[in-house]
Amino acid sequence: MKQMRIDPRLNRYGNRTSIFGRIWSTPTLLVGTFMFAVLVLLAVFIPFISPYQPSEQNLSAFLQPPSAKHWMGTDQLGRDLFTRLIYAARTDLKIMVLAEIIPFCTGLFLGMVAGYYGKWLDTVITLLTDTFIAFPFYLIVIIVAFASGAGERGIYITFILVGWIVFARVTRGLTASFRQQEWVASAQTLGLPGIRIILRHILPNVLPQAIVVLMTDMVGLLVAIVTLGYLGIGITPPTPDWGTMISDGQSFITTAWWLSAVPGFAVVYTGIALSLVGDGLADLWRKK
Amino acid sequence: MMKLSKTFSASAGIKSRGSSLWLVIVLVRALVVILCVTTAVFFLIRIVPGDPAKMILGEYSTPEALESMHHALGLDLSLGEQFLRFLKILFTQGDTGNSIISGTSTRELIADRAPVTLLLIGLASVFAIIIALLLATLAATNKDKLPDHLIRIFPTITLGMPVFWVGLLLILLFSVRLGWFPVGGVKEGWVGTVHSLALPAITVAFSQIPTLVRSLRAQMLDVLESDFVVTLKAARIPRAIILFKHVMRNAALPTLMLFGVNLSYLIGGTLVVEQVFGIKGIGSLLFSSIAKRDFPVIQGIALYCAISVVIISLLVEIISWWLDPRTKGKS
Repeated sequence: MKQMRIDPRLNRYGNRTSIFGRIWSTPTLLVGTFMFAVLVLLAVFIPFISPYQPSEQNLSAFLQPPSAKHWMGTDQLGRDLFTRLIYAARTDLKIMVLAEIIPFCTGLFLGMVAGYYGKWLDTVITLLTDTFIAFPFYLIVIIVAFASGAGERGIYITFILVGWIVFARVTRGLTASFRQQEWVASAQTLGLPGIRIILRHILPNVLPQAIVVLMTDMVGLLVAIVTLGYLGIGITPPTPDWGTMISDGQSFITTAWWLSAVPGFAVVYTGIALSLVGDGLADLWRKK
Repeated sequence: MMKLSKTFSASAGIKSRGSSLWLVIVLVRALVVILCVTTAVFFLIRIVPGDPAKMILGEYSTPEALESMHHALGLDLSLGEQFLRFLKILFTQGDTGNSIISGTSTRELIADRAPVTLLLIGLASVFAIIIALLLATLAATNKDKLPDHLIRIFPTITLGMPVFWVGLLLILLFSVRLGWFPVGGVKEGWVGTVHSLALPAITVAFSQIPTLVRSLRAQMLDVLESDFVVTLKAARIPRAIILFKHVMRNAALPTLMLFGVNLSYLIGGTLVVEQVFGIKGIGSLLFSSIAKRDFPVIQGIALYCAISVVIISLLVEIISWWLDPRTKGKS
């Protein structure tokens, strides 16, 4: 059933009444959102849930296996693993979301401009993305993070520099394909300026796809944050972070393997939640 | 001109791959990207906030020491002169200058560490392709059955797996518990080397497999449902022959291209995995140079990696263009 689409946004308003029904019939979206919401709620309310502080040391109870007192055991300094894990979620999720904002906007904008105007602007932007893509992702992330100094600031700078490429590539392709369609041509014949067509007409149409990409990209970003932490050029101790937790636990891999394994599972859990949300949103927008 | 426009229109759907003009365009584009990459590496040292010399020597360095470090890095020259100096070293020496710490040329340092890294990348690529092919065949031939569903969930789960963490878990299972592989480092001799590199290679391959499986499965399904396979089936050609002779051959090309695109990611993963397994390759050179703030070496590694990525993607593009049956007899 292919509908006539003058401006695809019209469909969304036309179907407004059934939006909850559609969400309800997309189980991946529901499960993903639920999983992510649990983690966020835990991260928000952890001071009320746990009697411990993330950096509170108790050297008489170090490297303890899981028990009723310490749900996931303790680390080499006697810090409660569960408490640290959730406080680390606070750090890592916050950085993950904040670090994605600027790259998402610049990538979207550059992609739309390149796709809409074409010609030399497109050539320059494509050349720029090709240049960045030639550098292996982790190589450039490691070098830039190191050069801009360890810690949160370094991570933000790194992703402002390299994070936009994915979004630029996706939106550029989409915009270029929209340019051929009649609703763009009719906006042009009305004499609307290019920037207005981009923001008012093209943006709403590339946004769904871009948000789906954003979800998978956030997982990649989270993994990169954790990897930088593991390598010692990301979040600096004592701020709890999954990456530094894994690297701290590595020395005890033979005796207390869960110290390294558990923070990794937290990353995997977040990854599953976000990619389910992404898949779900893609399904939802396809069903329209 | 007529012939050219004809080839263009005939192969419009496959990006005019039929003409030799395509080859020229691709070559020129690769050259321009290499130029851009070189410029980007030059500016790499300049994105550092503050004075790189101060960063190398520390906060409490004497003005004389800073002066000589400026000279050593060429920072006392104007930007244009610096770039000319950078290019001159690049063309005469083939690298980004000597290490500030040891004085050895960057090229020698990299050449010294490259073999083990290249071997690791090669092994990882072989593992990734074999495992991905097996899984994709299993999924495509059992479409919408249990194996297919399990394999399709696989990318969702592995997307958020940090590659170094996978390495740690594999060490825990196969080295510590089962004792099949060494815990770290590289042993002597050919057999020893491959034995020690097997686990790191599987770790690197693991990060590539989900994307490969996803696209290979789709490719194979396309071919399996195409008219010619239906015809072959009707002609009672055995299933195994259809699968290996026809389906694989048609799915191999897009996989090769995807592999070329992902190669840059694979190299990045290798650098990190080397760190987990204590392998003395390019990755460990990068991290030790970072710890010593050895800028020329860091720049050299970035330059060599990026140029290899550009050249390999170019080769992959050309090979798949050459292998593509649709280009035969046209150029």
